Amino acid sequence: MEQKNKSATKVSRREFLKLSAAAAAAAAVGIPVPEDVQAAAKEAQSGWQWDKAVCRFCGTGCGIMVATKNDRIVAVKGDPLNPVNRGLNCIKGYFTAKIMYGEDRLTKPLLRMNEKGEFDKKGKFRPVSWQKAYEIMVKKFKEAYNELGPEGIAIFASGQYTIMEGYAAAKLMKAGFRSNNIDPNARHCMASAVAAFIQTFGIDEPAGCYDDIELTDTFVVWGSNMAEMHPVLWARVLDRKLSDPERVKIVVLSTFRHMTMDGADIDIIFKPQTDLLIQNYILREIVYNHPEAIDWDFVNNYCAFATGYIDIGYGMRGNPDHPKYSKKEKETMIKEVVKVISKDEAKALSVYGLKEGDKLEMKHRKQAGKHWVITFEEFKKALEPYTLDYVAEVAKGDPDEPLEEFKKKLKALADLYIEKGRKVVSFWTMGFNQHTRGTWVNEQVYAIHLLLGKHAKPGNGAFSLTGQPSACGTAREVGTFAHRLPADMVVFNPKHREIAEKIWKIPKGTINPKVGSDIVQIMRDLEDGKIKWAWVHVCNPWQDTANANHWIKAAREMDNFIVVSDAYPGISAKVADLILPSAMIYEKWGAYGNSERRTQHWRQQVTPPGEAMPDEWQIIEFSKFFKLKECWKEWKLRDGTVLPNVLEEAKKMGYDPEMTLYDVLFSEEAFKRTIPHVDLRWPQPVAYNPETGRLHLNTSAAGDKRNVKGVDGKPWKGYGFFIQKALWEEYRLFGLGHGHDLADFDTYHKVRGLRWPVVDGKETPWRFNAKYDPYARKYGKGKEFAFYGPALKKIPKGSLPKLENGEWKVEFGEVVDLTNRAKIFFRPYMEPPEVPDKEYPFWLCTGRVLEHWHSGTMTMRVPELYRSMPEALCYMHPEDAKKIGVKDGDIVWIESRRGRVKARVSTRGRNRPPRGLVFVPWFDERVYINKVTLDARCPISKQTDYKKCAVKIYPA
Amino acid sequence: MTDKKPDPKRRKLLVGFLQGIGFSIVGGVVWSAIVTENKKDPLVLRPPGAYPEEEFLKKCIKCGLCVIACANRENVPFDRQGNKMVTLKLATPGDGKPIGTPYFIPRQVPCYMCIDIPCAFACPTKALDVELLRNEKGEVDINKARMGVAVVDYNSCIAFWGLQCDACVRACPLMYKAIYIDVRRNRRTGKHAMLVPVVDPDYCTGCGLCEFACPTDKPAIFVLPRDVALGKIGKHYVRGWMETEENVEEKIKEREKELQKWQPKTPEDYLNTEDLLNE
Repeated sequence: MEQKNKSATKVSRREFLKLSAAAAAAAAVGIPVPEDVQAAAKEAQSGWQWDKAVCRFCGTGCGIMVATKNDRIVAVKGDPLNPVNRGLNCIKGYFTAKIMYGEDRLTKPLLRMNEKGEFDKKGKFRPVSWQKAYEIMVKKFKEAYNELGPEGIAIFASGQYTIMEGYAAAKLMKAGFRSNNIDPNARHCMASAVAAFIQTFGIDEPAGCYDDIELTDTFVVWGSNMAEMHPVLWARVLDRKLSDPERVKIVVLSTFRHMTMDGADIDIIFKPQTDLLIQNYILREIVYNHPEAIDWDFVNNYCAFATGYIDIGYGMRGNPDHPKYSKKEKETMIKEVVKVISKDEAKALSVYGLKEGDKLEMKHRKQAGKHWVITFEEFKKALEPYTLDYVAEVAKGDPDEPLEEFKKKLKALADLYIEKGRKVVSFWTMGFNQHTRGTWVNEQVYAIHLLLGKHAKPGNGAFSLTGQPSACGTAREVGTFAHRLPADMVVFNPKHREIAEKIWKIPKGTINPKVGSDIVQIMRDLEDGKIKWAWVHVCNPWQDTANANHWIKAAREMDNFIVVSDAYPGISAKVADLILPSAMIYEKWGAYGNSERRTQHWRQQVTPPGEAMPDEWQIIEFSKFFKLKECWKEWKLRDGTVLPNVLEEAKKMGYDPEMTLYDVLFSEEAFKRTIPHVDLRWPQPVAYNPETGRLHLNTSAAGDKRNVKGVDGKPWKGYGFFIQKALWEEYRLFGLGHGHDLADFDTYHKVRGLRWPVVDGKETPWRFNAKYDPYARKYGKGKEFAFYGPALKKIPKGSLPKLENGEWKVEFGEVVDLTNRAKIFFRPYMEPPEVPDKEYPFWLCTGRVLEHWHSGTMTMRVPELYRSMPEALCYMHPEDAKKIGVKDGDIVWIESRRGRVKARVSTRGRNRPPRGLVFVPWFDERVYINKVTLDARCPISKQTDYKKCAVKIYPA
Repeated sequence: MTDKKPDPKRRKLLVGFLQGIGFSIVGGVVWSAIVTENKKDPLVLRPPGAYPEEEFLKKCIKCGLCVIACANRENVPFDRQGNKMVTLKLATPGDGKPIGTPYFIPRQVPCYMCIDIPCAFACPTKALDVELLRNEKGEVDINKARMGVAVVDYNSCIAFWGLQCDACVRACPLMYKAIYIDVRRNRRTGKHAMLVPVVDPDYCTGCGLCEFACPTDKPAIFVLPRDVALGKIGKHYVRGWMETEENVEEKIKEREKELQKWQPKTPEDYLNTEDLLNE
């Protein structure tokens, strides 16, 4: 202190300001700054406490530094030490400091009540205490739970949870309530990527990392508008291009022209869904015309060929006669059970014995994910139809582009992939994932890379970009899915359940083996009265689920109770019965995991406003209201499965049936049982700011100055131990030793994130490659590569399915062991269930914009972002606008078989669709586009296709 | 460490100074306002199709029909509070503009570049003249409006720091033409490109949608009248690396005219002055 004061007297205030600017500039260009100047610069900012954190928005995972003063976030800066962004941000990151301070921040629990102050589903929202809120929430839970069992309740989870929150929610549901009805909004965003990772590699998440950007020669961007959705990564792509403009090529494939395509060397506009055709054309080009390009050494050593069924439906309701759906809707819904083969898909499906006009009955809807090994010869035979002529004819997306030109581009793309010695990275996001054949289209891009031996190598690989900040870290790695447990384990695998039960110190047989309802199924179950209690965490499902009219009615008209925890009121809050005010990102301790497997932690920086409390606290407090005897008794599930009574077993483990779920799952004693080796005291060294030495807040562990009256009506004083560290260290046990290793809690507070697996303190930039991945060395036993993911590695031999006399024939053989191998799938082109026709002549594609995050609840409240992009526009071709008699700026109706919304037309904007397609972003709740979209999904991943349905457009 | 950059505050001072003169000469507050406001405002932005300021002021009869047309056009957007976003204002006392004349302030409400240009067609005296908006095909075209030109203050534009913004580019109705992205390498990070906005005055209409969208507190991109913001290049020089340069013939013809008047003076006057030893 003495020292600092001295230096302060040396320099006047005016000079300070100049010095800070000069020091920043010098640091920026890498000029060493003399130490005394540095010290003075720090002094100029005194009173602010800086600490490292991570951006709240997309899956890129930019590091940011947060400055606090007087218990408010006063400023942020890009973290110059973070390797992802090196101090940069996009326009959303630039405003992270402002997202907490919107005018209508939720600060009190709000309950729908009548005049007498009683809960009333038709009542108005009025403030209540946390005690009253939990009283009714628990009562309603118990009603649903006792009536319908573990299947009658649900949690809408999130890819924006902190890892600890997601873990607490999953543990409460799976170990406590024995329910698998927890599923994240990441289902809408990454599920197809996940399913393809598991089917192809046996383990989730990418092989490569962002370093590939600087190492590759070629970027093939499929169905991703990186320039707006991953802007900081796009800046890295463009920098690589600038570093060697002749050598480096960027190819962008999309159904409409956008800002990423504007940066492309080759721009390919394809008809929605035909990415599958183009991929198969590339595979055919390799196999038939460039067999010398196949890396046989790689394929023979590390791969196997595989395929599966095609009559798997489109993820719509299995009952197309559902009484709650209109006649119009049923026109599309019928395709779930039977689809007439169209002219476009007939040639592709000819190898199955199908022809145009045939009725394809969807007999393998329940076996959509089943697959088996085929020979290379079968693989080759299946690719035969995908000639350039056929593919170009069907796939050309811009009616104004000459066919020959389009063909040249497809050929050029194939040539880039094929070229020996050319490194290729393929990127994709929602164009692939939100697709009625989303898993397939992910798998096909791996097929290209694997066949060419261009995967899991620096600068070479297919890399799935994540949408949300912790879709990887929380939703996927923690496993807040209806079928998952932490670290890639699944509820239907008895060994996995046993491992989880052992770690959680709960009786064998506690975990429910039946896959729960995924996020769309939760909505459908609410509509059908099968779920009567649901809790929304860190997401906005009523804005983001397709075919929203149904779900609004389900929430408001059915007998159920919806709880929404949020920081701002959005559509989901509006349809809820109880709203709980949540702490936002820097108002709690947390961790996120980004696209490249990088896990990043932060400390709580400020006190949440009003009575807002962290989600982890809300989840854990809820567990205090349930006794073991209420949850661990015998349950009969809807399909007859019996969850055994495990109370006797519990007693043997020392648990009393009168104990609460809190006692067994979240109390300090519980963690002393599961992680006795970890120091859980609060505070401890990691809790102090490394710069100022001041102790950081921890509302959950120690309470805070507000003394919020908690769920028991008493001032909240904290759990008394380091709850977030406890959750982290227990969660970590799941991944250690089998390829999901994470570092200990304290380590992450010293580094700018680490890419898992973290073994012996070292991160892994490229997985499956023995040079970089200790697990590849361990499992590969001297081989260069090992695709060591354990899932789905023992599958039978089979053949390409053939339809004979209405029956599918597959010649199944012995089960083969594919340990350490990746699968090269063959997946055919199939049309989506709804295509434009005379009545609904336009394709509708939805997505995001740079300025706004997801449903806009945060970014629309930043005035500057609001004014930059105040409303969602309907982007359309000027000729189409003319045809329907509107001009730029006019309002139109966009109507599908399911609903309609109004939006303003833009014909000269950032997105320029070809004739016949419109693009509408979904961030704006006033342009509620998900009333229009179709809830058709990939039958394997259960992810909705938000990128295509048929609409008509007319002046409003 | 001398900084020779022009000081943006200076221009404002100058404007303030001019208005100040009006004040001090005439005295009384009301009178001064009117007198001041009847003078030209060098920074005023006029609707599409307006003649240069002096001529515009002669032709404008201050009827306000253009402003009414702007307010009554179809599908006017609303702001968050539900107010109509009407671009054109009619100058009233205190606005610092000639009273009764139409103008707009892009940061408040930009010009939305209506394709049918209701304001210009409403003008009864052709102070706003659609003839000035004809394109190469002879059609009346809003893209030919020259209400002003956008200027970027690269010190406060976050794209020049390397941040990924481009809000102005995306807001621009002539995206990539009136504002395009210059992609540069960011030497500081070594692995990110900077995407900086560059205005092309040949296309910029001065609508101000960029200024409106700019996320900085005070916009880092803003519209100024073209004669205030734009420089002028010598008539005698043609860029050798461009195949065609716009207006090059007119430019050189002007120079030809200047040269016709050229008459060299005799050099003897200089040579015969014996002043080299003078101090």
